[in-house]
Amino acid sequence: MAITINGRAYDAPKDVRVSLLDLLRDTLDRPGTKKGCNQGACGACTVLVDGERILSCLALAVQYEGRSVTTIEGLADDDDLHPLQSLFVEHDGFQCGYCTPGQIMSAVALREEFKRGLPSNISPDLQASPERSRAEIKERMNGNLCRCGAHNGIVDAIAAYVSEDNE
Amino acid sequence: MIPFSYNKAKSEPDAIARGADTAARFLGAGTNLVDLMREGIESPTVLVDVTDLSNRIEETDDGGLMIGAAASNTALAENAAVRERYPAVSRSILSGASAQIRNMATVGGNILQRTRCTYFYDVEGARCNKRQPGEGCDAIDGFNRGHGVLGVSPACIATHPSDMCVALAAFDATVHLAGADGRRVLPLTDIHRLPGDTPHVETVLTPGELITAIELPAPPVDARSTYRKVRDRASYAFALISVAAVLRLNDGRIADARIALGGVAPKPWRAREAEATLVGAAPDDAAFARAADIALSGAATRPGNAFKPELARRTIVAVLHDLAGASR
Ligand SMILES: Cc1cc2nc3c(=O)[nH]c(=O)nc-3n(C[C@H](O)[C@H](O)[C@H](O)COP(=O)(O)OP(=O)(O)OC[C@H]3O[C@@H](n4cnc5c(N)ncnc54)[C@H](O)[C@@H]3O)c2cc1C
Ligand code: SF4
Ligand code: FES
Ligand code: FES
Repeated sequence: MAITINGRAYDAPKDVRVSLLDLLRDTLDRPGTKKGCNQGACGACTVLVDGERILSCLALAVQYEGRSVTTIEGLADDDDLHPLQSLFVEHDGFQCGYCTPGQIMSAVALREEFKRGLPSNISPDLQASPERSRAEIKERMNGNLCRCGAHNGIVDAIAAYVSEDNE
Repeated sequence: MIPFSYNKAKSEPDAIARGADTAARFLGAGTNLVDLMREGIESPTVLVDVTDLSNRIEETDDGGLMIGAAASNTALAENAAVRERYPAVSRSILSGASAQIRNMATVGGNILQRTRCTYFYDVEGARCNKRQPGEGCDAIDGFNRGHGVLGVSPACIATHPSDMCVALAAFDATVHLAGADGRRVLPLTDIHRLPGDTPHVETVLTPGELITAIELPAPPVDARSTYRKVRDRASYAFALISVAAVLRLNDGRIADARIALGGVAPKPWRAREAEATLVGAAPDDAAFARAADIALSGAATRPGNAFKPELARRTIVAVLHDLAGASR
């Protein structure tokens, strides 16, 4: 069985020890997905699997056979940036840029989580539709660290992105 | 990482047959096990991926829920019945880790995740009885701010780090197991062993025994529940103290109380004696404080975690106070 990455099918690695992150970066030469801590703590390696955000460093690639992975390279439509990529540019959502692919992939999934009504740790009512507030965005982006401290711009960009569902 | 073979189990019998190999370990999402293998703390040579087994969350005949062990942490927290009837379970899960990790992590793996004691992780630099039986414990006289105060031993003071298990324990969850010798069902609070002289033996599971499901009995009618986690930063950190509580009032008196503690013990910790003193009492802070004293009465502290009993007492009182006052 193959792993689909940004719409194309690839063989799972022969060496089952290879993480999904190393498959992407080293074997397939798609370095957009970043390696920060390699132990689940920083979020730089965030990718989507069947639309859900996960950490590619904690996953063995073989575990994702038959699944569909989207990385930062699969987000833009040729030369047209994904709307969230444009918002990161507009709102100064990055400095060095190392955490940015993970931030963006994480927030793309976050918008869908808001839409389906997933509560967070700070949601006062577990059953109500969650508010798309800055506090909710910060809590829900807790797994994506930024060493440069670009957080205000990151939250601005994501707030603009998720508010599109309110209009 | 040392080489290993990998197979995805197609069914429970397939998983049990493959898991019978003494070199085998079950693999949930791997968020804990893969990390431990990379660090050289665990070295199975056969991995049996059990994530294709049941992840269903279904109503049981007696009004409870049966949760397939492969259900993701997010799926359990998000489930409509859990949010409505077992809110402490949703809250406990949502208070832990990050969205990415909760999406990956399975319920079975969460229960059997290993301690986050930093000396346990420090293969090169620290002594640890859990990793290397008989070697000594560098946490006892080391940095032990996060370590346990109840149920610990001179050999090991590590805590079980799960948030989810604390809330499941408060609702009397049971764990369904299957192995070469058949099936059995145990209370969640009987799964983990206290360290004693053998902190490397962490559970009562037999080698190759598979967690197939977690069962939640029907919650007490009209009960309120919540989960509160106290930690060094407001988000994305393990608990220093956590409290899951279920409270039912009747005619101005406490009819039923359940208190489970996290961050204090090598297992999800039920404070049953404390609970018993509350039944029949008026729901006031004096009663809650008495119960909290009983819950922490056996605490054994080290310099780094000497604050924990008092923090736990205050958190218990605050949580019960909120539940008693909360409008339904
Ligand atoms: C950065 C970070 C922060 C975290 N923060 C928190 C937190 O705040 N709160 C919290 O509670 N947790 C936290 N966690 C831990 C996380 O919840 C666990 O790693 C996760 O729940 C483990 O699930 P898994 O499916 O990945 O298990 P795995 O890593 O796959 O397995 C864990 C263990 O369970 C065994 N196992 C798995 N499934 C079964 C089964 N069906 N039957 C028998 N054995 C089985 C495996 O053999 C292994 O021993 C954090 C983790 C990370 C990396
Ligand atoms: S507390 Fe337990 S896990 Fe930590 S170093 Fe001591 S023996 Fe090891
Ligand atoms: S590289 Fe995966 S979380 Fe840091
Ligand atoms: S922009 Fe540099 S780490 Fe976030």
